[in-house]
Amino acid sequence: MTTESTEPAGSAGPAGPAGSAGTAGTAGASGGARAWLRERSELGVCVLLFALGVLVLTDALTMDVDIAQRGPIGPRTVPFVVGAGLLLVGALLAVDVLRGGRGEAEGGEDVDLDEPADWRTVLLLTGVFLAAAVLIGPLGFPIAGALLFWGAAYALGSRHYDRDPLIAAGLSLFTYFVFDNLLGVPLPGGPLMGVL
Amino acid sequence: MDSLNSLIDGFGTALTPMNLLWAAIGVLLGTAIGVLPGIGPAMAVALLLPVTYGLDPTGAFIMFAGIYYGAMFGGSTTSILLNTPGESAAVVAAIEGNPMAKGGRGAQALAAAAIGHFAGGMIGTILLVVLAPTVASLAIGIGAPDYFAIMVLAFIAVTSVLGASRIRGIASLLIGLTIGLVGLDQMTGQQRLTFGSLHLADGVDVVIVAVGLFAIGEALWVAAHLRRSTGKPIPVGRPWLGRADLKRTWKPWLRGPVIGFPFGAIPAGGAEIPTFLSYVTEKRLSKHRDQFGKGAIEGVAGPEAAASASAAGTLVSMLTLGLPTTAVAAVMLAAFQQYGIQPGPLLFEREPELVWGLIASLFVGMVLLLALNLPLAPVWAKLLRIPRPYLYAGILFFAAVGAYAVGGESLDLVILLVIGLIGFGMRRYGLPVLPAVIGVILGPAAEQQLRRALQISDGSVTGLVNTPFSVTVYVIVVLIVTWPLIGRLIARLRGDRKTAEESRTVSGG
Repeated sequence: MTTESTEPAGSAGPAGPAGSAGTAGTAGASGGARAWLRERSELGVCVLLFALGVLVLTDALTMDVDIAQRGPIGPRTVPFVVGAGLLLVGALLAVDVLRGGRGEAEGGEDVDLDEPADWRTVLLLTGVFLAAAVLIGPLGFPIAGALLFWGAAYALGSRHYDRDPLIAAGLSLFTYFVFDNLLGVPLPGGPLMGVL
Repeated sequence: MDSLNSLIDGFGTALTPMNLLWAAIGVLLGTAIGVLPGIGPAMAVALLLPVTYGLDPTGAFIMFAGIYYGAMFGGSTTSILLNTPGESAAVVAAIEGNPMAKGGRGAQALAAAAIGHFAGGMIGTILLVVLAPTVASLAIGIGAPDYFAIMVLAFIAVTSVLGASRIRGIASLLIGLTIGLVGLDQMTGQQRLTFGSLHLADGVDVVIVAVGLFAIGEALWVAAHLRRSTGKPIPVGRPWLGRADLKRTWKPWLRGPVIGFPFGAIPAGGAEIPTFLSYVTEKRLSKHRDQFGKGAIEGVAGPEAAASASAAGTLVSMLTLGLPTTAVAAVMLAAFQQYGIQPGPLLFEREPELVWGLIASLFVGMVLLLALNLPLAPVWAKLLRIPRPYLYAGILFFAAVGAYAVGGESLDLVILLVIGLIGFGMRRYGLPVLPAVIGVILGPAAEQQLRRALQISDGSVTGLVNTPFSVTVYVIVVLIVTWPLIGRLIARLRGDRKTAEESRTVSGG
């Protein structure tokens, strides 16, 4: 299995997390090291793969298997193979990146790769989603779900303060009844359903 | 004859009012999803996995199959009217379809595509009826080593054939295999990668992985790069075809499925390659070659028929061997696992009602789709104007519903988000998502079959290659793995000969 570069460097959409395709080139000698790293931010993926490999191997090594062994292959073998594979792939990918290989960012119907990544939106969405995860217990699904939809639509740039909450509430209640009554998948009603 | 009888029984299952309803819901949802930008059929089926908790398997799979075919139908509408194919299968439809729509022949393009899908789906499903029981009966005696070999083939094919970079495909597969390791070891009950957490001891539910990678990852990725100015769809009337157009399209409709079906059945990337091959074929055979690139109707009809036929081909390997060749098939396999059903050669014996009901419902779904799509095309086109914030907020919303329905625990939502962020990173750095999903779904099963095979052979590695079936599969695997090397070797040999000839002419002259 040899490494192969997918793309000639530079043709792979935005080159850095902040879309530094242009800035990396103009940074000059002053920010040389940073620009170099930014251009090769994919090395972070290699580090993560490597760390994951170490994690899997450590977990396999610390397993207490004497009692559990059944058959010629115990529960440790496959984790060993996967862990070693992760280390190897992390290293090979690093070589590929240093040689100029770049993963091609995925396109799509609504994806505009020419614009720099909008981290604010991603962070907002992550926050809204986590908030919904926390609130679903105390507030119940209908309210937490509506907040999730409204919050996500807001984060994505919708500013219709009259229409958005109504759609959110309608969608959330509709889903609640479909799942709870029609499909028989229980969702927590929360205090709101207690009142109704 | 035997399969004909089974098929008639299948129609008995598919035509019950409830199952007809699921088929109708499936094709409607599928078409809507295919039309909507940003949602592919794999994400749609993943988002609907939670219905498996409340629905009987037959109804659920009838719906999923409707979504699969429906999304293919709908995807071409987006390609033709908006020229932004989100799915690889619909790329070719945009090449000729969009110029047709711009030139005022959108209605004809939509009709050629819709009937093409109908023809492709019909022919493909007939081939499925003929071939699937044969493949299943051939594979009926296969055991642990054979299953393991098939899964190795799935792993290798999905990392090597698809995508631009092998190393990134393998990285993605390993991430999936690692997620699959989390939980109790199925054979010994040993905890793996659980870090003492009771919640993780149950493993990460496949629904959460599929929804996280396909839905959350995609929504976050699009959110980071949301196109602020969405293209305007070209307005279109009711699809129809004149006599001259019919004369040009009927042959491509019949040729497309012949190309599409075999490519769907093998792990070669689903509809991407056959649609392109069909396009090239039609271009070569056409009397109107000068029109290609400017809106040749053959270039819409053939590839669209190939796309739907490849979906049928995908079902052959999924149902008979449990081998998923596309993302949708992988997610459907996950649905089978939810029900505790193992797709494979025994499926036709153990679950005849389910399998034949599903196959019969494909015919029903095709008719429903044609009946819906020709008259409703202008309505579907309106879906293209949905505000993007609502679309992606909706995806996040339903993803949360799906993950929460798994066990009613908030922690699952956090895991879902983490996997979604992994999916985001994978899209950013060009790691394909499909190998990871296949790794999660097939990884644990592959490990079990491997250990079972080695248990039978008492630890001897020969136990993995002691059947003709497994040896054949491994030969294919080796061919796939070494193909780039062979290609390079051939190129080098050619180059050598060329330089040798050159030097000869130099020395001789």
